[in-house]
Amino acid sequence: MNLSRRELLKMGLVAVCGTVIPLSALEILTPEAAASLIHPFSKKKRWAFVVDTTKCVGCGMCAKACKLENEVPFDTEVQRTWIERYVQLKDGKVIIDSPQGARYGYTKNDPQGKEIKDSEVAKGLFVPKLCNQCEKPSCVQVCPVGATYKTEDGVVLVDRGWCIGCGYCITNCPYFARFFHPITNTADKCTFCYHRITKGLNTACVDSCAFGARKCGLINDPESEVFKILSTERVSVLKPEYGNEPHVFYIGLDHIVR
Amino acid sequence: MEGHMAHGALWTVKELFTYPNEYIYWTITIVVYPYITGLVAGAFVLSSMYHVFGKEELKPVAKFSLVFSFALLLMATSPLMLHLTQPFRSINIMLTPHFYSAIAAFTIVYLSYMAIVMAEIWFVFRPFIIEQAMEKKGLLGLIYKAMTLGSFDVSEKALHTDEKIIKILAAVGIPAAALLHGYVGFIFGSVKTVPLWKTPLMPFIFLMSAIISGVSVCIVTYITGMALKRNFICGASIRSMCKVLVWFLVAAFILEGVDIIFHAYTAEESWGIMSELLFERFAFNMIVVQWFFGMIVPLLLLLLPRLTMLRAFISSALVLIGVFTMRWDVVIGGQSMSRSFAGFLTYKMPIIPNSIEALKEGPILITMLLLMPFFLLFIFNKILPVFIEVFNEEDCGFTEGLLSGKDSAKH
Repeated sequence: MNLSRRELLKMGLVAVCGTVIPLSALEILTPEAAASLIHPFSKKKRWAFVVDTTKCVGCGMCAKACKLENEVPFDTEVQRTWIERYVQLKDGKVIIDSPQGARYGYTKNDPQGKEIKDSEVAKGLFVPKLCNQCEKPSCVQVCPVGATYKTEDGVVLVDRGWCIGCGYCITNCPYFARFFHPITNTADKCTFCYHRITKGLNTACVDSCAFGARKCGLINDPESEVFKILSTERVSVLKPEYGNEPHVFYIGLDHIVR
Repeated sequence: MEGHMAHGALWTVKELFTYPNEYIYWTITIVVYPYITGLVAGAFVLSSMYHVFGKEELKPVAKFSLVFSFALLLMATSPLMLHLTQPFRSINIMLTPHFYSAIAAFTIVYLSYMAIVMAEIWFVFRPFIIEQAMEKKGLLGLIYKAMTLGSFDVSEKALHTDEKIIKILAAVGIPAAALLHGYVGFIFGSVKTVPLWKTPLMPFIFLMSAIISGVSVCIVTYITGMALKRNFICGASIRSMCKVLVWFLVAAFILEGVDIIFHAYTAEESWGIMSELLFERFAFNMIVVQWFFGMIVPLLLLLLPRLTMLRAFISSALVLIGVFTMRWDVVIGGQSMSRSFAGFLTYKMPIIPNSIEALKEGPILITMLLLMPFFLLFIFNKILPVFIEVFNEEDCGFTEGLLSGKDSAKH
């Protein structure tokens, strides 16, 4: 067979293209990506929280411990964590409250200050709340000076020395987990007790909960309780419609929960 | 309460269920901020109508509205500074701007717009400044000399170039003004947690209300200024401004209406609480003041035949009140609905300044702030007389003739 140089080049080009195109269709996997095919979660270190509302009795110790641990003035009406009470009456009416963030605990059956007879109550539940340490935090997105940021391991923090106090982050948090710290006059929020968890300790609220309603841990660590619950139980998050991908997971939420 | 009060607790009254950290965080200062930037944008657009579109009848107000726009612009950042809890750190926004944030670019938009306005003012007044620099002695002469920036060329060629530059600056200024204020609208429209704000129409709603308020403030100030000086007021200029006002009033009304109709028709989760806000809690503010007396009444007054000076004045004043109420309803109303959709927050402005916070958030500073642009205009007018080109009766008659000539030519 006689091949001219031109034909040889032509056929060579076709052959090269023919082999390269199917090869490029195959993806080269990074070790992390390959691992994620085996593990349900990535290996990335990421803090998350589980709240079991079925175990919460509304004693308010977590809210109290949080204020003391994180030096948020106790009597100021702002909370890094708080407990909401939901009472559904037999006539279908829902009453919600959280007096003083429940840092003094719920001691009476008096939602919004009105006594209610036990016989009128259809169901009731307590929902502890805290910062959701979102994967896509809208507070971080809107900070004009970059004073609030997400750490490598997923916790959103505020730089008190740089915050200008515009309140844009507070307005943009769907959960109202943020407020102005009355002493520093800068935006403030729950940090999952970052100063404690990074040293191997529990958060103040987890430690103070006598009923085991709160759990904080690494989402991908097979040893952590958070991992075990998330991979075996049905959990939900608050307000997923905002697209923030919150990382506080709830057991036993109800449609009346706001 | 003893000890430290939460920021916002001083002026927020909570009802039913609201989150513990929920307060009205954006208060009167944030009501005034879009109001002032709106006036800036509107006044500038008005001056550009003469410079770019050659509306001769607007000549008497062209310089005035340009300088007034600048006076307003100078005050536009002050409500923001009052609002910050750490005002001394405001420079951080330029040191480490985080551009994912809608407000990070504010200084850039603001300063570039300021540059355009200042440059245009300089070119517009250049012949006057040079004339004064030659004539005046002493301190005033020195000021004018400095203001010439060393350029004394008033040859015909130079003036012709000036005119070209003014036209370009005025033309570039229109989108810049629209950007400045549309951007303010975006800041609100992009807050996804406040259902009353979250609409892509927000920048346009803000822009339209900006233009109507800006034109109105010029009409009101111009008529007042002329009347105080007992000058002749040319009806042609006023009618022309009112025409602009009518068109943008219609646009603003349609946009705001469409927004509310969409909210009502789609009736998402938030509509329950939003309808209570619109039709009960803010019904007087929104329906009576903002829409009826702020838009419909002025529109009717302006559309009735044989427009008088008094009617123009009254309708403009009503528009000004209406737009201010609109800013109030948006900013305060939006935050009045608890994000739990199960409660309300009521804003009670601290009247008595018994603490720094009460002073910062109270009516005294805000009133001063709103009066400041007029004071600045008064000062600027001493150096750069803005009413230098007001029409006398003859000019006015001539312009009217031109206008009616134009109209009859059209028919």
